Amino acid sequence: MEMPAPNPAILARKADLVEKLQSIMPRDAVIHEPAETRAYECDGLTAYKCPPLAVVLPASTQEVSDALRICHEMGVPVVPRGSGTSLAGGALPTEDSVILGVARLNDVLETDYDNRFIRVQTGRTNLSVTGAVEEDGFFYAPDPSSQLACAIAGNIAMNSGGAHCLKYGVTTNNLMGVTMVLMDGTVTDIGGAFLDAEGLDILGLLCGSEGQLGVVTEATLRILHKPEGARPVLMGFNSSEVAGQCVSDIIKAGVLPVAIEFMDRPCIRATEDFAGAGYPDCEALLIVEVEGSDAEIDEQLETIMEIARGHDPVELRQSESEEESKRIWLGRKSAFGAMGQINDYMCLDGTIPVSQLPYVLRRTEELSKEFGLDVANVFHAGDGNMHPLILFDANKPGDLETCEALGAEILKLCVEVGGCLTGEHGVGIEKRDLMLHQYDPADLEIQMAVKDVFDPKWLLNPAKVFPLASSDARRIAAE
Amino acid sequence: MNTLAPASEAQLAEIVAKTSEPLRVIGGGTRPIGVPVNAQPLTTSGLSGVELYEPGALTLVVKAGTPVAEVERTLAAEGQRLAFEPMDHRGLLATTGEPTIGGVFAANVSGPRRIQCGAARDFLLGVRFVDGQGQVIRNGGRVMKNVTGYDIVKLMAGSYGTLGVLTELSLKVLPKSHATGTVLIEGLADAQAVRALSRALASPYEVTGAAHLQRGADGTRVTMVRIEGFENSVAYRAGELKKILSAFGEVKIETDPERTSAEWRSVRDVEAFHGRDGDIWRLSVKPSDAPVIVSRLNGAEAVYDWGGGLVWLLVPQSSNATEIRAAVAEAGGHATLIRGNRAAGVFQPLAPAVAALHDGLRARFDPRGILNPGLMGRAA
Repeated sequence: MEMPAPNPAILARKADLVEKLQSIMPRDAVIHEPAETRAYECDGLTAYKCPPLAVVLPASTQEVSDALRICHEMGVPVVPRGSGTSLAGGALPTEDSVILGVARLNDVLETDYDNRFIRVQTGRTNLSVTGAVEEDGFFYAPDPSSQLACAIAGNIAMNSGGAHCLKYGVTTNNLMGVTMVLMDGTVTDIGGAFLDAEGLDILGLLCGSEGQLGVVTEATLRILHKPEGARPVLMGFNSSEVAGQCVSDIIKAGVLPVAIEFMDRPCIRATEDFAGAGYPDCEALLIVEVEGSDAEIDEQLETIMEIARGHDPVELRQSESEEESKRIWLGRKSAFGAMGQINDYMCLDGTIPVSQLPYVLRRTEELSKEFGLDVANVFHAGDGNMHPLILFDANKPGDLETCEALGAEILKLCVEVGGCLTGEHGVGIEKRDLMLHQYDPADLEIQMAVKDVFDPKWLLNPAKVFPLASSDARRIAAE
Repeated sequence: MNTLAPASEAQLAEIVAKTSEPLRVIGGGTRPIGVPVNAQPLTTSGLSGVELYEPGALTLVVKAGTPVAEVERTLAAEGQRLAFEPMDHRGLLATTGEPTIGGVFAANVSGPRRIQCGAARDFLLGVRFVDGQGQVIRNGGRVMKNVTGYDIVKLMAGSYGTLGVLTELSLKVLPKSHATGTVLIEGLADAQAVRALSRALASPYEVTGAAHLQRGADGTRVTMVRIEGFENSVAYRAGELKKILSAFGEVKIETDPERTSAEWRSVRDVEAFHGRDGDIWRLSVKPSDAPVIVSRLNGAEAVYDWGGGLVWLLVPQSSNATEIRAAVAEAGGHATLIRGNRAAGVFQPLAPAVAALHDGLRARFDPRGILNPGLMGRAA
């Protein structure tokens, strides 16, 4: 994956830059020794690494504003970073860039149960937002698999979802307001503790903008009271296609589960060894979860299990206890980790219309054979967000390249059937060059024009999202 | 002036590309919201019809000029609906014509269920539109989760045709509920009512409507909480809510389908203000601030929705707009003049940095400034 060559003029001014940054925040908040900047050389997409010129860890909106203003004046690119869990290279630096990490911005600023919101600094982790309100019975709904580590800032940048977004939506549906700093240091508030922020939907635009439009330092998030209870049911099938059909039938029946998760045999086996969740050994497994009181859960599950029975399941089992439910989810949530124990893998994130599930699974299998690399599937079936894991050997020359080529083919397949390249991980650098498979040049042009408005000098995370050839002119003009 | 009514997206694009004068973009023309635009009218009503409907995937792709009624009929045939419950503005604004689905999204129109399931913009998955230079642009798609590039879809929702003319929309739809229940308390003062609604909304019982009318159907104050779902579940949750709310007054439960449907349509369309004189404002505020703001405004009558977060205000004609905006701005939120003298400005003034972003976006999407020019203009 190509990155733009560093600008030698910026590299030459490192000492000056560091001095200026140190003048506006504590010395230990500016990291510039090569041995230390290496800790920021990559994110969750570890195949690509590059230590940044420097790292700043501001502790207030003012410090973020000052740091951005300095970089803006000196023409230094800035790569914002939440917790660095991006799987798409969203926080990958270049040699001539400054990483702006929000890790020190992690306070809860306001909790209001009457009006059902929490206001936090955005370096706070996703799970600790729920942690702050959980004792009082509330939760923050988006729950990406990385929720223990990932920051709200990154969730906003990537519009993160999670297993339960079928019912509760993704970040954009749960964000009410922000304090945002533009690249030139301008601080502005949008929205707040009320619904549907004023004017054009800038909040909507920020979600999923991959840190290219502004740095969000504070966020007002919608919180909800926890449901009375939740219960998953496990369903095993002898074919992925049948499982796919079952998903479609459940959705059509008018019950709306909070989650419908899918795993195929390779994933089931790896996960079983890792978490011992008691999954059946079969071609395809569904975890369907519903919420409510016990009686309500019984009523919904009855409908769902009736549908499943019509598809000849090899296993159909309701969770019998809180503990069993936890184990079932532990299996699903640790699927990526479990696969990582046995293999190097690349995790894709294409989304497809649910009706295309059977076809896409079959075609993926064919592609997998063609390229000679195994593919394991684990994904959010309810909303068609696929997560094919391509297994490869990082130590075998050429394997990564084959893996990337296969990945590209699978993503093109997703687009072909009416889906998209990425459902929740973002484009980053990983899918940058595939953007023209999904969008025409004019479609990308208007997106880049949006960045022109927020960041005319193209300094914020500039080499992401758009194919380099498409954004070249703008990035070079800005230099 | 003759209304231009292109019959295809290509024709529409050609009109926009070739025009030398500004256009007033309309769907069915039933929602005259914003500063009035004096320009050549252009309607999307010629772009009509369902392109794709997959009930099993909860998605509908439809042309922008399709009547809302047709969309609702199509969905109802499969037991589904537009979950965000778009309001019909005709009664409130005394307009006639056929509301279009494009108009719903251009104005981001949501009803009582917005409090639980989200606004119109939360159900918009993809768009096609013609920008100010006559180019056809695509963004988003027809899948539930999509972070491929910037979310221009959201930006188009609620942009009132000032960034582009919507031609095609992909929507997320949801199943209809089997049963509905309304939990009612009569006679509460505003502040008490909002507290009661907060209690209901902060419960685990999935409230899908939370409103307070100063004048209900029979002229008395009524506070209403809606629950929807399977019959047994609705009965159970209505019972639980009754327990929680009994501290506020005598609680009644209504489950008759026709009556509950009429009650919530009345909230959705603000029927309390139909046919009455005066200016109408729409406020979005923090629910607990709402009764305080209303009490500060002389002669104001209010309908509270979204647990108090949405306030419809009826005030004497030509009431002091500055006073209303200041009260809202002080608390946090925004006020929109829905009916009244709109020439002096309709939307809440924006902070300078945000206004600069708006101007910049408009200049990129519509460099010649020909799409609904001035409609979202700032109030003085």
